[in-house]
Amino acid sequence: MSTTNGLIGKSVKRVEDKRFITGHGNYVDDIVLPHQTYASFVRSPYAHAKIVSIDVSAAKAMPGVVAIFTGADVADVNGVPCGWQVNFKNGDVMKEPKHPLLVADKARHAGDAVAIVIAESIGEAVDAAQVVNVEYEELPCVVDASKAVQSGASLVHEDVPGNTCFDWALGNPIAEVDEAIANSAHVTTLEFVNQRVIPNAIEPRSYNSSYDSANDKYVLYTSSQNPHLIRLLMCAFVLGIPEHKVRVVSPDVGGGFGSKIFHYTEEALLTWATRKIGRPVKWTADRSESFLSDAHGRDHVTKAEMGFDVDGNITALRVKTFANLGAYLSTFGSCVPTYLHGTLLQGLYKTPKINVDVTGVFTNTTAVDAYRGAGRPEATYLLERLVDLAAHEMNMDPAELRFKNFIPPFDGVNQPGYQTQVALQYDSGNYHGVLEKGLEMLGYENFRNEQKEAANNGKLLGVGFSTYIEACGIAPSAVVGSLGARAGLYEVGQVRVQPTGKVSVYTGSHSHGQGHETTFAQVVADKLGISMDDVEISHGDTETVAFGMGTYGSRSIAVGGSAIVKSIDKIIEKGKKIAAHKLEASADDIEFASGKFTVKGTDKSIGFGDVALTAYVPHVYPKDLEPGLDFSSFYDPANFTYPFGCHIAVVEVSKETGKVVLKRFIAVDDVGNIINPMIVDGQIHGGVAQGVGQALFEGAEYDDNGQLTNGSYMDYCMPRADDFPMIETAVQVTPCPHNPLGVKGAGEAGTIGSTPAIVNAVIDALWSGGHQVKDIRMPLTSERVWKAMQ
Amino acid sequence: MIPATFDYEKAGTIDEAIAALSGGGKILAGGHSLIPAMKFRLNQPSKLIDITGIATLRDIGEEDGEVVIGAGCTHADIAGDQLIKTNLPFFAEGASMIGDLQVRNHGTIGGSLAHADPGADWPALVLSADAAIEVQGNKGKRRIKATDFFTGLFSTALQEDEIITAIRIPVPAPGTKTNYQKFVQPASRFAIVGCAVMRFADGKTTIAFTGVADNAFRDDNAENAVSGKTLTEASIDEAVNAALQNVTIMGDHFASEEYRRHLAKVYLKKALQAVA
Repeated sequence: MSTTNGLIGKSVKRVEDKRFITGHGNYVDDIVLPHQTYASFVRSPYAHAKIVSIDVSAAKAMPGVVAIFTGADVADVNGVPCGWQVNFKNGDVMKEPKHPLLVADKARHAGDAVAIVIAESIGEAVDAAQVVNVEYEELPCVVDASKAVQSGASLVHEDVPGNTCFDWALGNPIAEVDEAIANSAHVTTLEFVNQRVIPNAIEPRSYNSSYDSANDKYVLYTSSQNPHLIRLLMCAFVLGIPEHKVRVVSPDVGGGFGSKIFHYTEEALLTWATRKIGRPVKWTADRSESFLSDAHGRDHVTKAEMGFDVDGNITALRVKTFANLGAYLSTFGSCVPTYLHGTLLQGLYKTPKINVDVTGVFTNTTAVDAYRGAGRPEATYLLERLVDLAAHEMNMDPAELRFKNFIPPFDGVNQPGYQTQVALQYDSGNYHGVLEKGLEMLGYENFRNEQKEAANNGKLLGVGFSTYIEACGIAPSAVVGSLGARAGLYEVGQVRVQPTGKVSVYTGSHSHGQGHETTFAQVVADKLGISMDDVEISHGDTETVAFGMGTYGSRSIAVGGSAIVKSIDKIIEKGKKIAAHKLEASADDIEFASGKFTVKGTDKSIGFGDVALTAYVPHVYPKDLEPGLDFSSFYDPANFTYPFGCHIAVVEVSKETGKVVLKRFIAVDDVGNIINPMIVDGQIHGGVAQGVGQALFEGAEYDDNGQLTNGSYMDYCMPRADDFPMIETAVQVTPCPHNPLGVKGAGEAGTIGSTPAIVNAVIDALWSGGHQVKDIRMPLTSERVWKAMQ
Repeated sequence: MIPATFDYEKAGTIDEAIAALSGGGKILAGGHSLIPAMKFRLNQPSKLIDITGIATLRDIGEEDGEVVIGAGCTHADIAGDQLIKTNLPFFAEGASMIGDLQVRNHGTIGGSLAHADPGADWPALVLSADAAIEVQGNKGKRRIKATDFFTGLFSTALQEDEIITAIRIPVPAPGTKTNYQKFVQPASRFAIVGCAVMRFADGKTTIAFTGVADNAFRDDNAENAVSGKTLTEASIDEAVNAALQNVTIMGDHFASEEYRRHLAKVYLKKALQAVA
């Protein structure tokens, strides 16, 4: 990676933080438009109920009420679409029942929206929503995916038999895998639940939609991770309004973790309603609504079997998963448990035979979709729990077992990429390296002695390993297209050099906490040899950014950054021609370095700023060039990127109470080249906290009636700073061979790697105390751990 | 998360507050339980009477052989007070374990007692300390013994027209030991189990639990097992065995009835060991 002024690789402090920490961020809820109205939703209290009647007369008479709409009003409007087609094993297309903007016939989950009340103030809207009288007839409901497919189970959608959206498989033929498992010397079997978690972005979802009838133009402010995608889906698939008449803006967004990727019904409904009433409509979810209506994550019920030969070499992997999709297909609900999960089951191992079978199931619960890591944490959890458990069962060292089975190092340049049994081809990797580094940081030799000593003193100390891989930089359009994606997943980057040499960059990536305004500016300033102060990064507005696929799947720097680099290359190439003309030389003889165009082997040079001015004030200008210095590029990656790493947790478990205390957490991550080490470190810390959250604290609890029983922070436990020791991080760098920056992406690594490390550590602690426990259901509450020891 | 409309009145004195309360409404002190309940619309008072401006409610002092804590004292006030640290160290320790910094700086002892959350820390502490809850209403002042104060889930002996004004605890004799042990509910940081123990110089021992049942309570059987006896491993085990008889123990998704019972015994043991 060539750098010209050393900004790439430097821990530059985040430029956006000034406005965030001084309270000057501009979020959707901060935006108040002239003649603003406010919306509140009437949501079903039942998980599954027929709507017998709705009486809005009392509500309409309440002070300040502007309009009330129910499902009948939007019956002719399309529902929100799903962006990824998954097929049944027999080739049939998945079932896609309508996801209406408001339900008219029946509510399919607690929190399903039945009516929208629009009023002059938010207080009046909430007051009126309270008196909308809905008569429900409660129906039997299904909550657990593995039970919802059984015959006789109540149907979420009458036209989806067995509540089955799809049954899907990937990998080697099942007969081959069955045979390999049958012929194995040892088979480790784990039946487990990867529980449902709730994203909990600090900023609730918020939308403000307005319509200008004079110009027939809409503006939607939305707390989204991908405004262009929202515009495309909403205009083309839901409302049928022309895209050029709609501007979608995602200003500052307070965290997403995946939950703000999707096109939600409320976005389309507000845009539909603003035209009906001729005034802007704003809605911001309250925290209770966030719990009930943001798409949730995970929720797999799995049986996994891993075979080994007598020496501990993995012979085969067989996986059967029931994936809970919730009541409706969310935008990427279908691809998360399939193409983002099944394709990662090779892990870091040479496993020769793999078959994964996933049934996607509708239930009377909130929709499930991508949540930080999206499918890859589920795959990693499955593999890493199996490998650690197998080590216990075969009385082998868990690190040795991994070394034995790792794919050998390959750089993707001199050695080819690694073709997995599950569709993907890894780009480059050195898996031994990250585990070796982790063991060294841990002091593994000593640890086992400390563990024995602790056990002698009546203490339960455990270590858990997780060596993970993820597919990021989503995604090569041709590949994902062949796998069912209904859009390509390229990115757009425009670099506009202003006449004075200052640079405006427009990216289709969207920053909602990641720090793009810093990282991307570092890349641009470095490549152009200018100061970061001379670079402004803009994103999140369909009116200013040509197009964009948004931010998710750790794709921003790998795909969005590469698009910008592609445009910078064009800027430099054109700059050389302008410089050649000014310096009376051939363009081939011009070199660009440190912000200067120089004639090779001479001291004749011209600065970047002068070239920019020449481009815009073309008094002396080559005839064969257009004025201006402004390029836009679409970058479509050649492959996914494959970050990997090793996470190690050390825990102490209280024999008396089962309480788990996290003593150490070591994260060695290889995310390819690094632009800003501080930001990468921050992403790893945050990701680890989120992954530890799933292991120890978080989990949506539904009762048999489909009621979310822990939908508030009194009961839904988020991880907090005092739950953590200082996280010990280190990096290894194996550059990505197929993108110009050699980067792989770091947004999800922490979440993907950490969860199984924690659970493995608790299991290891219990085994050290003689409790040969195979599994404890997450989150590992004190009670569950205590019960496992009884 | 938008409460129903309500009137707001800021009281300058206790008398003003009582007068305002006679027209209905709820007292607002720290508001940490009341405001969320209002936002959920579980509670829709017609009026809030703000007593945070009544300076006398924030006093901590010694009076007639009693430690007197104004009902408007915040948890942080109590955690940091020297008189409390000297005489009732478990009050300071317990107060410092409540919620987080913001909660401790805003929430009040009086508000916590009046709300009587089954997992609140103060009820166990005032029960163990044999405190009197001083209240004032239309008929004037009265004292309610802590042991008579908590009557059920979110229920107390406080009448509708009454406000808690102070908590009064006899100044403990030198040599008295106190301890509070808490197993926190990880989300809310209320107590799944809280056990407060006071061991007097003469061997008298008071033991109170919170978090375990609908309301905090004194455990007479456990007290009798150790009162007046030397605290040894054997006598402590006796108290642990004797504890929690005839108590209907709560269960929720953080702690089943079985686990809560187990934890209560573990934490009683820790508390007794700490005062031995």
